[in-house]
Amino acid sequence: MSSALQQVFAHPVSLKDVQTHFCPGCQHGTIHRLVAEAMDQFGVQDRTIGVASVGCSVFLYGYFDIDVVEAPHGRAPAVATGVKRACPDKFVFTYQGDGDLAAIGTSEIIHAANRGEGMTVFFVNNTTYGMTGGQMAPTTLPSQKTSTSPYGRNVANDGYPIRMAELLAQLEGVAYSARVAVNTPKNVVQAGRVVKQAFETQIQGRGFSFVEVLSACPTNWGMDPLTANARVAEEMIPYFPLATFKDTSAA
Amino acid sequence: MPKVVIDELRCKGCGLCTTACPHGLIRMSDKLNRQGFLPAVISDEDQEKCVSCAMCARICPDVAITIFKKVNIA
Ligand SMILES: Cc1ncc(C[n+]2csc(CCOP(=O)(O)OP(=O)(O)O)c2C)c(N)n1
Ligand code: SF4
Ligand code: SF4
Ligand code: SF4
Ligand SMILES: [Mg+2]
Repeated sequence: MSSALQQVFAHPVSLKDVQTHFCPGCQHGTIHRLVAEAMDQFGVQDRTIGVASVGCSVFLYGYFDIDVVEAPHGRAPAVATGVKRACPDKFVFTYQGDGDLAAIGTSEIIHAANRGEGMTVFFVNNTTYGMTGGQMAPTTLPSQKTSTSPYGRNVANDGYPIRMAELLAQLEGVAYSARVAVNTPKNVVQAGRVVKQAFETQIQGRGFSFVEVLSACPTNWGMDPLTANARVAEEMIPYFPLATFKDTSAA
Repeated sequence: MPKVVIDELRCKGCGLCTTACPHGLIRMSDKLNRQGFLPAVISDEDQEKCVSCAMCARICPDVAITIFKKVNIA
């Protein structure tokens, strides 16, 4: 008997083999990989249309080997509504940051979810506006210092961080809503499972599916990548619990 | 052939893989790569100790790691 080497972890086919512009330790890259892996697994790459938002993930078309539409800031769920209604046989997803989805685009996400549009939304919560220099977002944690809350978020003045996955789970049109993190190998595996469940929700035509992913932004948090990753467990998960808030397939 | 293949040019030196490996096999190089980052490396000796669990690859935000596993063939 002799032995050979078998590949057990490979770059997903649906993700282009290119270097990204993301900062070292930025978890947009991990989340891109998980979405591409699900596309590979369900064999939907050639019938997927992505809708990009405005933020550090604006170059979706440069990284996923699929067709992508660019939406105005916050309006990805409105654009995706049009795409999915015109092409119901396509797999349609949006990929949005917290500034995009939970600030300027609050109206669009709530109404698309409430209408039960058959799209999947990947929501990257890094508690800040990454692309524009780290301003306070609706998801910024209490006391968190940002470029527009230099003394820390003051909840008496600025309100409380918004928990989107829980909020959307209340809406009748939402079939699936969950929150995951990618800060440990175990959480990455769990995040991969949840991403696939969201894909399945759309493929089975069950309605709107939503996955919130807690993500590190070392650059705007002013931390090195390892400290930023540790902050996800220390500060983010206690406020933004990891759970599946709604899954109509389990009902 | 090695079990852990780290793409030196893709690696941005974030160090997350070093914390993910349950056996502490990955370390950071002291030589800059072409992009100006200190990339992750694994020694030939540690390649032998690797159990091909792919935890390092799963946490890597830059998909810089590929994993192979030794299998017996008849
Ligand atoms: C209409 C409009 N308003 C404001 C901006 C500036 N802008 C660009 S990205 C962004 C926020 C991005 O933050 P987020 O969605 O959290 O994405 P991240 O970069 O953190 O991933 C803002 C305010 C814009 N491009 N268009
Ligand atoms: S600024 Fe933050 S979100 Fe944007 S690429 Fe850098 S680490 Fe990622
Ligand atoms: S595959 Fe597992 S054992 Fe091997 S280097 Fe990576 S994390 Fe360590
Ligand atoms: S996790 Fe990836 S990018 Fe970060 S140091 Fe390891 S191989 Fe390099
Ligand atoms: Mg953000």
